Amino acid sequence: MTELVAYLISGIALGSSFALIGSGIVVVHRVTRVVNFAQGSVAIVGGMASATLLDGRLPHGLGEIAAVLLSGVLGLVIGLLAIGRRGTPPLISLIVTLGASMLVSAAIIWLWGQDPVTPPGLRGSVTILGAEVERQRLLVVVATGVAFAALALFFSRSYLGKGLTASASNPFAARMVGIDVRKMGLLAFGLAGILGGLAGVLIAPSNPLSFYSDLPLVLGGFAAAVFGGLTSPLRTLLGGLCLGVAGQLTAGYLNGSYQTEMALLLMLVIMIIRSRALVQEEVK
Amino acid sequence: MLTIERVSRRFGGVYANQDVTLTVAEGELRGIIGPNGAGKSTLFNLIAGHIRAESGTISLAGRRIDRLPAHARARRGVGIVFQGARVFPGMSLLANVMVGAHAHTRAGVVAAALRLPSQRREERAIRAQAEDCLSRVGLLDWASRPAEGLPLGQQRRLQVARALAGLPRVLLLDEPASGLRAAERQELAELIGELRRDGTTILLVEHDVGLVTSLAERITVLDLGRVIADGTPSEVTSDPAVIKAYLGTGASHATDR
Repeated sequence: MTELVAYLISGIALGSSFALIGSGIVVVHRVTRVVNFAQGSVAIVGGMASATLLDGRLPHGLGEIAAVLLSGVLGLVIGLLAIGRRGTPPLISLIVTLGASMLVSAAIIWLWGQDPVTPPGLRGSVTILGAEVERQRLLVVVATGVAFAALALFFSRSYLGKGLTASASNPFAARMVGIDVRKMGLLAFGLAGILGGLAGVLIAPSNPLSFYSDLPLVLGGFAAAVFGGLTSPLRTLLGGLCLGVAGQLTAGYLNGSYQTEMALLLMLVIMIIRSRALVQEEVK
Repeated sequence: MLTIERVSRRFGGVYANQDVTLTVAEGELRGIIGPNGAGKSTLFNLIAGHIRAESGTISLAGRRIDRLPAHARARRGVGIVFQGARVFPGMSLLANVMVGAHAHTRAGVVAAALRLPSQRREERAIRAQAEDCLSRVGLLDWASRPAEGLPLGQQRRLQVARALAGLPRVLLLDEPASGLRAAERQELAELIGELRRDGTTILLVEHDVGLVTSLAERITVLDLGRVIADGTPSEVTSDPAVIKAYLGTGASHATDR
């Protein structure tokens, strides 16, 4: 029982990071029809940058925020590369994000080396239902909840959010009412960078990140996004949480090295089940 | 208000528009007619910014817009109603129209993101304006229903409301009557007449000659990409060149009124 609670909570924490990364993929895909595979690398840069910034340069809070904003800028730069040229087909942009991801990985090795990096997080732990739970993991869950609430408000209330929604709903009509759809696409990439960076910053203290963590992160995020039909941030959250919990249970009861394979397997299952919905989405 | 000067555009070597020149005065309702393949849609898309002219200039309120992308033209005051379903599905009618108004607001990115008081005031003003536009096209009672599944006639009206919310200098209507039933067509004609009386400058591109002659004060007739006549409805419908262009099924139609 104690074990199970511990696995569930660490699964939810890990799943939260998948959800944040995945919602970034969703936000970009909705507006640009591009699958942004650089999301994992952006998350790692966020985590690594927070480690560097917190290492005597900035106090807690400020360091994390700066790292998240830096990730947003990186997301925007990747967006400029991927869709900066008017009329770039989504498939080409997808390849560009893959290439950008490799470049970022190289930059990570150059800047931070090959060893895993762990920024300081919240210290100590609390006992929930008899299980020892690190405070940092609880922070991940709470921060993700806040981030998703903010995202929902942003889309439903702000002009930029509505512009993004309109661009996603009918790009042609959006242009006709004066919305610069390309600018909205870049904004989506920036927002995705912030979400990815947030995931990295939150997860790094309990799951050390290195340059090769991008694959499990982006796969988990993509699987969560596919669960959301690449359109719904809320269902992406749900998908991410399921994936995180399933992964932690697999790691706990079977073998830790199966975690990525578990994500892949679930992604395949989800994609096959949801392929109809995805195709309909494309037709629309 | 809208000046089009010697505009040409070819597709595969064939002129879709050749040296098209016309001027729409402020407050005027100008009709564009022509038989199939006359170049009406090309002209419309050239003004909207969907395609670029190879030569010639297009100016709105004295400023050239022919090199601007479509969204920038919309911001300069080109309001567009397409014949296809060009609403935002998944958004309410009110949200559809508010998007049209938003594109012209001044609140900056930061103010919009932080929901500063200035932006909230603006939001309220936009909502009121959007409701006003919906009421002008008779859709206010359905403001909160989603835009998908709306009958074609109402989708057109919604597009009109959305375009009006952007405070257009000129409203471009692309075949607004196509696909509509007789009753819807009549309602649309009444709506266009009302907009005209309110002082909206309108460019009406339409296949239905009867509809255009009953509404427009001046009509430009295109045939094979060129302007072949320009004048009042009675002038152009009695013009021999126009009758010749419409020879066949259209000839009697064109001279009916």
